[in-house]
Amino acid sequence: MTPSALALGLMVAGYAAGGGLGLAARTGRAARSVTAAGGIAGSLGALALAISVLVTGVPFDLALPGALAAVGGILLRLDALGAFFLAVVALVGLPASLYGWAYTAGHDGRGGLGFLGLMFNLFLLGMSVVPCAGNVFTFVAAWEAMAVTSYFLVMTGADHEDTRRAGLWYIAMTHLGLVMLLPMFFAMAPGPDQTSFADLRAGAAALSAGGRSGVFLLALAAFGSKAGIVPLHVWLPRAHPAAPSHVSALMSGVMIKLGIYGVLRVALDLLGGGPVWWGGLLLALGSLSALLGVLYALMEHDLKRLLAYHSVENVGIIFIGLGAGFTLQSYGLRALATFGFVAALYHTLNHACFKGLLFLGAGNVVHQTHTRNMEELGGLIKRMPQTALLFLVGSAAIAALPPLNGFASEWMVFQALLAGARIPRPEMAVGVPIAVGMLALASGLAAACFVKAFGISFLALPRSEHAARAQEAPWPMRASMWMLAAACVALGLGASVVVPALSQVLRGIDDLGAGLGGVPPPGLLVHGPAGIGQMSPLLIAGALAAALLISVLAVRAVRRGSPRAADTWGCGRIQQTARMEYTASAFAEPLRRVFAALYRPTADITVRLHPESRFVVRSLTYRSEVEPWFEKALYDPILRAARWTSRSVRRLQAGSVHLYLLYVATALIVALLSVWWVK
Amino acid sequence: MSLFGKIWRTGVATEVLRTVDPAAVDIGREIERRVKALLGRALATREVDAGSCNGCEIEISGLASPVYDMERFGLHFVASPRHADLLLVTGPVTRNMEIPLRKTYEATPDPKFVVAVGDCAKTCGVFAGSYAIAGPVQAVVPVDVFIDGCPPDPADILAGLLRAVDRFAERRPDAVSPRVPVGPARP
Amino acid sequence: MIEFVALLVQTSVAVALAPGVVGFIRWLKARLQGRRGAAPWQPYFELRKLFGKEVVVSRTASWIFHAAPFIVFGTSVVVASLVPMAVVTVVADRSGDLFAAVYLLLFGTFFLALAGLDTGSPFGGMGASREMTVVALTEPTVALAIVALALGAGSTNLGDIVIRGVLEPARVPGPSYLLAFAALFIVTLAETGRLPVDNPSTHLELTMIHEAMVLEYSGPYLALVEWGHAVKLLVFFSLLVNLFVPWGIALSLAPLALLGGLVAFVVKLAVLSVAVAVLETRVAKLRLFRVPELLSASFILALLAVMTSFLVR
Repeated sequence: MTPSALALGLMVAGYAAGGGLGLAARTGRAARSVTAAGGIAGSLGALALAISVLVTGVPFDLALPGALAAVGGILLRLDALGAFFLAVVALVGLPASLYGWAYTAGHDGRGGLGFLGLMFNLFLLGMSVVPCAGNVFTFVAAWEAMAVTSYFLVMTGADHEDTRRAGLWYIAMTHLGLVMLLPMFFAMAPGPDQTSFADLRAGAAALSAGGRSGVFLLALAAFGSKAGIVPLHVWLPRAHPAAPSHVSALMSGVMIKLGIYGVLRVALDLLGGGPVWWGGLLLALGSLSALLGVLYALMEHDLKRLLAYHSVENVGIIFIGLGAGFTLQSYGLRALATFGFVAALYHTLNHACFKGLLFLGAGNVVHQTHTRNMEELGGLIKRMPQTALLFLVGSAAIAALPPLNGFASEWMVFQALLAGARIPRPEMAVGVPIAVGMLALASGLAAACFVKAFGISFLALPRSEHAARAQEAPWPMRASMWMLAAACVALGLGASVVVPALSQVLRGIDDLGAGLGGVPPPGLLVHGPAGIGQMSPLLIAGALAAALLISVLAVRAVRRGSPRAADTWGCGRIQQTARMEYTASAFAEPLRRVFAALYRPTADITVRLHPESRFVVRSLTYRSEVEPWFEKALYDPILRAARWTSRSVRRLQAGSVHLYLLYVATALIVALLSVWWVK
Repeated sequence: MSLFGKIWRTGVATEVLRTVDPAAVDIGREIERRVKALLGRALATREVDAGSCNGCEIEISGLASPVYDMERFGLHFVASPRHADLLLVTGPVTRNMEIPLRKTYEATPDPKFVVAVGDCAKTCGVFAGSYAIAGPVQAVVPVDVFIDGCPPDPADILAGLLRAVDRFAERRPDAVSPRVPVGPARP
Repeated sequence: MIEFVALLVQTSVAVALAPGVVGFIRWLKARLQGRRGAAPWQPYFELRKLFGKEVVVSRTASWIFHAAPFIVFGTSVVVASLVPMAVVTVVADRSGDLFAAVYLLLFGTFFLALAGLDTGSPFGGMGASREMTVVALTEPTVALAIVALALGAGSTNLGDIVIRGVLEPARVPGPSYLLAFAALFIVTLAETGRLPVDNPSTHLELTMIHEAMVLEYSGPYLALVEWGHAVKLLVFFSLLVNLFVPWGIALSLAPLALLGGLVAFVVKLAVLSVAVAVLETRVAKLRLFRVPELLSASFILALLAVMTSFLVR
């Protein structure tokens, strides 16, 4: 048995044991422990497998035809690209499993932990098998397993109406994706028995230009809806907050990345790239998602929904990197195209780390304060200092502050766009500046949004009893966050080592192979493509540390005495309560006004008067809603049309057995006639 | 652009600070030498209106005008008492402004000093004995300099501020201004 | 090695010079307002006084309140080391480019905004909210101006852009550079809190953007925040003069070149300071919700700058 096979065995066994034994466990505590242990073991196996493929460069193959030979059997082929995504799954799966051990303790007496554990481990297994899949059957089976298990995980909180509706949206959108996935694969297959990816590659080469574009659009729709690209993102802000926090971390950090994997696999590997408009479409969708994601995130005061909208934004940024890569490739600039794809992969990895970290932090907050509403939080930095510090690291990473990892990958995406600006075409002259502008605006707004998210939730005075009594979360929930925070810092400071390593991930892709020679070896600096720019996160971090140290020592030397504690200056008012603090809605209000054309906010003010006098006001309630533009403009008409269609069709079901017999007979006659006609 | 023409024609309007009537400025408490050395060249002023008629405020606002120009001596107004070195208090202290005045004093970092401007600040002026008055400024926060007048001339106010940081006295070098507990002055 | 020493010296001189630039602009505005005003070196007395004052900290504040002044000062100093002022150094050039400089400044603003929220004061929250709005809306303009400059120079590293400008003087007065200069000038006014975006000497809390976040700071903390803000002003001025009017900057460490570079830098700063002081005297502060219109105008200018640089190539 080769080490890779052993690793694969550990992975499958770990997940299976975690799921199966969890179901059989007697007590809730045992079920939780087995689930977590299985998840951790499986993730370690997956990580080992991924690393062995990435380091040795030899793809891992495994064929199990068995009873499913009719549909192609289980065929695993793990090349460098798949191994990278498998590593991402494992990297977030491990902390999430550890986290889940303590987080689900609330279910201990209520039962259902066995089922939860089974679904959790099967979810991880499905996500791990998707990048390993080597033929259509394996891919689609793992894809569907991933979707169904995550649906059950989302429905854990099914006693809430919102959760049930969220689950419905989720399962509908994911099956919409599946409906587009199957024809896409079969369009590429040269024959009904030839469904391995190698066959698909050959079959795709034989397709016409129109056929390839059709396949690309289907792939974009199917994988884009999984990734959460505008306008197919509407399930994301509903489903991710509804799930338990470790599941949200996995869904946001990993599952949507498998949509990116799908786009890369189909469009880059199987189809081998295409005309310019492919890249342009990816750029446009990416820029739009980035901007709209963050704009909607700004208006949220539900902590987890805010994070879910930010996932839409970051997937947009990844798509911008992909778009730059595809565009450059279609112009034949292979070295620059590699850079664009590396930027997208780097941001994928970084987002998995910091989004996972943020969701786990939000989970800590929700676990301890029992509320997701930011307007009821506050002052948590004093009650939950470690969670606050780790959430701050995640916030700084997602706001792209140097020298953390978010900055490094956004820098690379900017450089990739600049590389695209070298192409002397009018569409580049218009497209690249607009994409750069939208990306920069999105990143600035993301910083503003996380000042709000961190500042309102953790700082100042608690705004409710729950927040005032919160305690620090149990150690497994903190340890998993420390792991991801360390990964964020390491990926940021080590950018000069990570970037060349990532370019090796793409070496299996024939078309780009020639471009890899242009990547400089690891050193202190991160180089932009073809000498456009250079940056060193390590040197910046060093300079920053030095400047901070010098200023701290200087102030220590000069200062007289220690700080005196006093009340916050409030223009001399008598008292300060939490009611006088800034609220999340107030913080976002200037931006709500600036972007009012998009938000179309409605404002509702209710005034309750004293019963005895209409000049004395009892209370004032202010409520503002942001118009859900996508639902109103796009989804509501589709849903109405679907309902109308199904109502019309229902008239066929008159209830009379004679009518049904007539239908059966008619169908039989039509089938026989068509067989005779084809013959 | 006629604005710049007007600026050119008007020129600098600042007057030389005239010799002041010594009776107008009453140094109630000397400020120590170290503090004067620290605050002498850059003094941040926070104005507190403890219920005045605004007559003194109008004169104080004249200090920032081109004619009196307090900035040339290093003084400037600040919005927050945390940034201030000196509290400029006007008005007889009304009951409603008593606690805010104490809070402002507590919010100001050391070293600091207090200047009471106008007759009302020193003796409650024409409002003495009213039901709405808590007492003169001295009863609420410790005052270092009194500037008399109803209202005092801006030149007198400016001269008073400058004399407060120019003169020095023997005192322990690291003494700080007395802390005043926040709360109602009388039961 | 000697390059590293030169970098340290340049950064230290810049950090020492920064309050003087602020004082100079204040003195000019005073003269334009018809009064004598404080001497241009008044900010140094203020900083010295602040270092001698007590620190008063709100009871609701956490470690973020204590950390923010150091972070603001530290990031401004690091950005000052990245920007070429009197001389272009290779060491700094390779560590960070224009994107790194912009995001480092965002780092400082991020923490200052958090500190504003930390005290629980509504003024702090208001300042944080407004500051983050203005900063977020300036980001696209800055990014596009960087693209316009980088297209011309072939690199986003500041040293490369400056050197290219010195060696190819014909390119600089072109339309893309002029438009990018106009866009970056508006961004400078917005980021450093100058009129017409924000009045640096206002006492009315409801009109404050930047000041409102620092109302709770006192003593050395306030000194660091003010100093960091002055260094940020110097950094933006240096970017404006050296990226767009690069002649005179020292390209080597020869003593004569260094002296020439220093003199050229001071002269250019003085000219820009006069321009800013005159502009601040002429215009009134914009209403807060007019500021996004101004920033959109700067964005359009930057977009045009990039498109013309495409056409000119």
